[in-house]
Amino acid sequence: MFNTALTWNDLLFLAQGAGMTLAVTGLSVAAGTVLGVIFGVMRFQLGPYWFAPLTFLLDIFRSVPLLIQLVLGNALQSIMRLGWPPFTTSCVVLSLYTAAYCTEIVRGGISAVPPNTRRAGRSLGLTWSQDMRYIVTPLAVRVSLPAWIGLTLGVMKDSALVLWLGLIELLRASQILVTRLQEPLFILLICGAFYFIISFPVARFGGYLEKRWSPND
Amino acid sequence: MIEIENVHKSFGQLEVLKGINLTVKKGEVLTIIGGSGSGKSTLLTCINGLEAIDSGRIVVNGTDVHAKGTNLNKLRRSLGIVFQQFNAFPHLTVLENVMLAPRKVLRLSKAEAEAMAVKHLTHVGLADKLNVYPSRMSGGQQQRMAIARALAMSPDYMLFDEVTSALDPQLVGEVLDTLRMLASEGMTMICVTHEMKFAREVSDRVAFFHKGILTEIAPPEELFDTPKDPNLQQFLAATH
Repeated sequence: MFNTALTWNDLLFLAQGAGMTLAVTGLSVAAGTVLGVIFGVMRFQLGPYWFAPLTFLLDIFRSVPLLIQLVLGNALQSIMRLGWPPFTTSCVVLSLYTAAYCTEIVRGGISAVPPNTRRAGRSLGLTWSQDMRYIVTPLAVRVSLPAWIGLTLGVMKDSALVLWLGLIELLRASQILVTRLQEPLFILLICGAFYFIISFPVARFGGYLEKRWSPND
Repeated sequence: MIEIENVHKSFGQLEVLKGINLTVKKGEVLTIIGGSGSGKSTLLTCINGLEAIDSGRIVVNGTDVHAKGTNLNKLRRSLGIVFQQFNAFPHLTVLENVMLAPRKVLRLSKAEAEAMAVKHLTHVGLADKLNVYPSRMSGGQQQRMAIARALAMSPDYMLFDEVTSALDPQLVGEVLDTLRMLASEGMTMICVTHEMKFAREVSDRVAFFHKGILTEIAPPEELFDTPKDPNLQQFLAATH
């Protein structure tokens, strides 16, 4: 096992794969979170009845396996002659997938803010948007953060599925090396280590924020 | 002046206010007493527009609260309200709690808002708690902070909705003392309360609510010593 044919260039190749994983995840989580916040606020304001059509759509993104979404999404974009490269298609599908989960996280976070606290804010003359910005957002973010960190880490690993559209991200890069060097265990071990290295800071950052906010509660 | 004319309000089938008429003049201290579910608290939330009314009119400083096109956010600046639950903003320090609305609603500078906040927090006896988070304070301290937070908007009227009901008995006194102080300074106040001794002491007039109707209103000596409404007689007998 320690007598490996793996070279520094191969490691670099894996690192590039990890870079692709990070790029896909970063873009998708960013876009998905923005969408999730918009949908989550709408869901809270409109109530379950008026938001039902969007809930149904988001439920589809939450219940159909991501792999199927990616393949269908790719087929759809080619049928519609959008001419998207695999990277764009991957990010769009993953963003909607993230948004579907994020919507529920945001809705839950807003619901967790006691109505009486908000009434107190409105009684002081704060407008709806001021109340949302200065009272609801800080309190909801604290409640939602652990779930959102979990979602981000989940999307980072789920993003491996974009290899089906031909993107060479971390897992695909490892597969290529496994095929060439025939050292599956060793290479997958390194691949796992790469995933850990890019996930760990996210998890720690979440832990840090939670700790920083907790003495105020 | 707050003018309440024939106000009706229902929650579903339950009519909680059945035609209330009441006028509160500037500088007056009015307390409202009555059993639970008599509509006292609902009336306060209708005065500042947190709850809509079904019919009638509430006019504050000449502005019809429930008319279409009334800027409620603006109107609420003149109506401070303190609730039974203290409703502190838990993510902000005591100073920040009090500064938030003056900064964002009145658009005061940071220095002005801070000076205003410190003034009112000192007034309610919390000068040594400025940078503490609400969760580190007792209920009485949190309630006094809520009073300072409302006062910092320089309201014309203060509405107190059973502000001592959620407090441990030994903490009630400090909050009532704060209210007494405000009353003696000439603040116009409407207090919904179960503290009869306090009501007798500070009020110019006391109103008794029974099942959504204002059945009797009189100066405290008259209302407490010679109650006319049989329901009020029963209520007073039960609270002593």
